[in-house]
Amino acid sequence: MADASTDSAFVEFQRVQKSYDGETLVVKDLNLSMPKGEFLTMLGPSGSGKTTCLMMLAGFETATNGEIILDGQPINNIPPHKRGIGMVFQNYALFPHMTVGENLSFPLEVRKMGKSDREAKVRRALEMVQMNDYQGRRPTQLSGGQQQRIALARALVFEPELVLMDEPLGALDKQLREHMQFEITKLAHNLGITTVYVTHDQTEALTMSDRVAVFDDGRIQQLAAPDTLYEEPENSFVAQFIGENNTLEGVVKEIKGKNAVVELDGGELIDCKPINVSKAGERTRVSIRPERVEINKDRLQEGVHTLKAEVLEFVYMGDIFRTRLKVAGNEDFVIKTRNAPDQRRLKPGEMIEIGWLPDDCRALDAG
Amino acid sequence: MSDTTETGPVISADGVPLKKSLRRALRRQKLRALGLIAPLLIFVLIAFVAPILDMLFRSVENQIVSNTLPATVEALQDWDENSGVAPDEPVYKALYFDMFLAAEAKRHTRLGSRLNYEKTGLSSLFRSSGRRVDDLGDDYADAFEDIDPRLTEAGFWFSLMSGEGEKNEDPVASSRRRLSGVADSWLFGEVGFAPSQEITQLLPETTRAYSEFAVFTALVDEDVVAEEDPWEAVYVALALDLANADLSSYSGPGIETLRMAQENLGNLPIVPFKDFFEDIDDDWVDPEYWQTIAVFSPSYTSGYFLNSVDLQKTADGIEVRPENQRIYMMLFQRTMFMSLMITGSCILLGYPVAWILANLPMRTANLLMILVLLPFWTSLLVRTSAWKVMLQQQGVINDTLVWLGLVDDASRLVMINNQFGTIVAMTHILLPFMILPLYSVMQTIPPSYLRAAKSLGATNWTAFWRVYFPQSVPGIGAGSILVFILSIGYYITPEIVGGTTGVFISNRIAYHISSSLNWGLAAALGTILLAVVLILYWAYDKIVGIDNVKLG
Ligand SMILES: Nc1ncnc2c1ncn2[C@@H]1O[C@H](COP(=O)(O)OP(=O)(O)OP(=O)(O)O)[C@@H](O)[C@H]1O
Ligand SMILES: [Mg+2]
Repeated sequence: MADASTDSAFVEFQRVQKSYDGETLVVKDLNLSMPKGEFLTMLGPSGSGKTTCLMMLAGFETATNGEIILDGQPINNIPPHKRGIGMVFQNYALFPHMTVGENLSFPLEVRKMGKSDREAKVRRALEMVQMNDYQGRRPTQLSGGQQQRIALARALVFEPELVLMDEPLGALDKQLREHMQFEITKLAHNLGITTVYVTHDQTEALTMSDRVAVFDDGRIQQLAAPDTLYEEPENSFVAQFIGENNTLEGVVKEIKGKNAVVELDGGELIDCKPINVSKAGERTRVSIRPERVEINKDRLQEGVHTLKAEVLEFVYMGDIFRTRLKVAGNEDFVIKTRNAPDQRRLKPGEMIEIGWLPDDCRALDAG
Repeated sequence: MSDTTETGPVISADGVPLKKSLRRALRRQKLRALGLIAPLLIFVLIAFVAPILDMLFRSVENQIVSNTLPATVEALQDWDENSGVAPDEPVYKALYFDMFLAAEAKRHTRLGSRLNYEKTGLSSLFRSSGRRVDDLGDDYADAFEDIDPRLTEAGFWFSLMSGEGEKNEDPVASSRRRLSGVADSWLFGEVGFAPSQEITQLLPETTRAYSEFAVFTALVDEDVVAEEDPWEAVYVALALDLANADLSSYSGPGIETLRMAQENLGNLPIVPFKDFFEDIDDDWVDPEYWQTIAVFSPSYTSGYFLNSVDLQKTADGIEVRPENQRIYMMLFQRTMFMSLMITGSCILLGYPVAWILANLPMRTANLLMILVLLPFWTSLLVRTSAWKVMLQQQGVINDTLVWLGLVDDASRLVMINNQFGTIVAMTHILLPFMILPLYSVMQTIPPSYLRAAKSLGATNWTAFWRVYFPQSVPGIGAGSILVFILSIGYYITPEIVGGTTGVFISNRIAYHISSSLNWGLAAALGTILLAVVLILYWAYDKIVGIDNVKLG
């Protein structure tokens, strides 16, 4: 976790709380610090307070408690139009009564920029998103992806240092979304803009961001780079939320340095890495990624515990095989194996033995 | 695509060209739909379209003159309207017979009222003349009775006019037409009389007059023609005919009596018709009155419309009315001006209310909406009268101002029975019609537009003016059209609080419909109002585009 008050911080949330109705806290004790030029994604289930955080940063909601600092200045008392933050809305919010060109020159006009400057900047912004030919069109005459690009161009045309995007790709189809993900990251990095991006699509978060903040229940559950997040989730929520994940429940039997032995509810023993557990007797939920499960006994370390498993379902997916097993009473235990020449294709009903490296299995909180 | 063009029209499964069977299927659908809406369609046609067409027709219709005085109108063709002298004897002769018939049918007063719209005095002239046309005939009847008592007997007249030999149906048919025109409805049924060919030739005027009498007696009074004494006009016609009839070769019934009458023609009190009418009223020899009759004799007239815009038709063409008679242009202008003022104040008052309604949470908005709609649930009269209480000189507002010392007791403000009162009351009454469309348009504007504008650096005012306001314009347009069109034709409120300076053109229309009974003028004024509304609608469509109007 990043230190909440580094000098290089460009955006900082300090113990921010937010309540709409005075009864429940929608955002609870939010601490966040972003260096300049970072692409940070807020990821979380619906209603977890992502938009609320963004709105507080943009100035359309005020924090009930705590301080938000932008470039060293507390901004709680600066009105939205003076914050100079570019924003892309979920529904794009392109002004329907203005043409694309007018939409883009609007932020420049309100900044009292001269006509020729405006035109040059608008042209450059449109070039940036490859939409030069659409200057005279109305937003309603554009496709969803084109509107998206215009919204992006409009948020960037006045050269803000911070850009906020609230699920900007939510309305697009998968292919277009992937293409736009790529373009947005490229633009953000090329221009060196600090970006706060909101999504509830974890793939989007993992592929685009420098760091991801996983939100749940008004709190940041984990703030880390995508790979850390995937490979080293700090709690069972993050483990569940990011990527596919198998969980087994049990009690810690003993902890030996970097290894722990957990006794599952059915009496089986497994080896894990203790993360959120500190002593024997604690309940825990262990998490293991499907692709880290080993079915070839020869490749396992000497002396590790293995588990008996019954094959329930085998799915051929081209590059990988996805097999559903019944393991220690859990019928949703999934493993993924690479489609290699020597790889076994399991048959339903077959009984096998599975195991894993202790480091790949994380003993987390009981959830 | 290319396949079908090469092989000709596409054929459906049963071998009929696809286009044709599609059209057939669609037609059946359309007919069914039409059948469903037929009751409403018929209702709308009868209750809405028909009255409007009738109004359009009435605003130019003027058949009453040529229907009631057909012969006079024809005789007037030879008269030069600008000669400055009264017409000659033939016109008065025609007038006598026309007037007699009209008086019998009791239609002369109606014509008098109609012509009175154009020139005052004509109404009383027609009324008094209608009473006195009988006098002339009475003198003749007495003289004929002295010559031979049989000449005043019903049976004798019937056989005399029926004659012998071949019958002539024409006089009765034309009389039936004539009387139908005067009575304004077609007269059906058997007359039981037809003159002979010979008598028609011998006594043309008498035949015409008697035929008219016969048709009227049989079809209007529903009596037997042979049992009724003829009208006085028949004696006058007989005297005219005898003066130049050659009786020598005629041998039909009553010929002796006719001969005797012709021999004693000198005993008849023959006076020129012109003198007779001059004797009734000097105005009958005043060329000005005749000009009016001549100008308004065609079946269709632009007179009502000219009247509606303060012009008048005279013998010399179209002229502006004298200053003291010009009111309609002023009334039209005032109606326009005040409707604009009302629309403007509705926008000013309604916009913020609609804005608040659209931006409040649903539950509160619905509650406030009820307050907006509340006025609809009270009577219009009550609301208007309430404003009387508020605004009058001894009313609530004046009392308060005096009590506060802002206004001197002696110089209380005049806020009612003038334009101010009308504008205030009507703004209040029409306000919901502005708020509702505005509200429904504003509700569809997502708040994210304002946020987007602000995030782009716009101040609250710029965001509102450049982003929110343009999108609410369709609501303003819809509300303005509603309010303006409603207020332009408003009647009750100006009538109650308008006094003399605050009345609208519609009050004048109502006056002409219910008091002066000048329906033609009322129709012309109404038609102009309709045209103004349509033109405004058209202009609005051109400028703003009617597709942009959202009523909800
Ligand atoms: N204007 C508001 N008034 C009251 N409560 C609100 C308001 N806006 C959001 N909330 C509540 O705050 C909580 C968080 O909302 P928020 O919009 O921040 O969620 P989110 O993470 O953006 O969800 P999503 O992914 O669905 O957009 C929700 O429970 C929501 O009901
Ligand atoms: Mg959201």
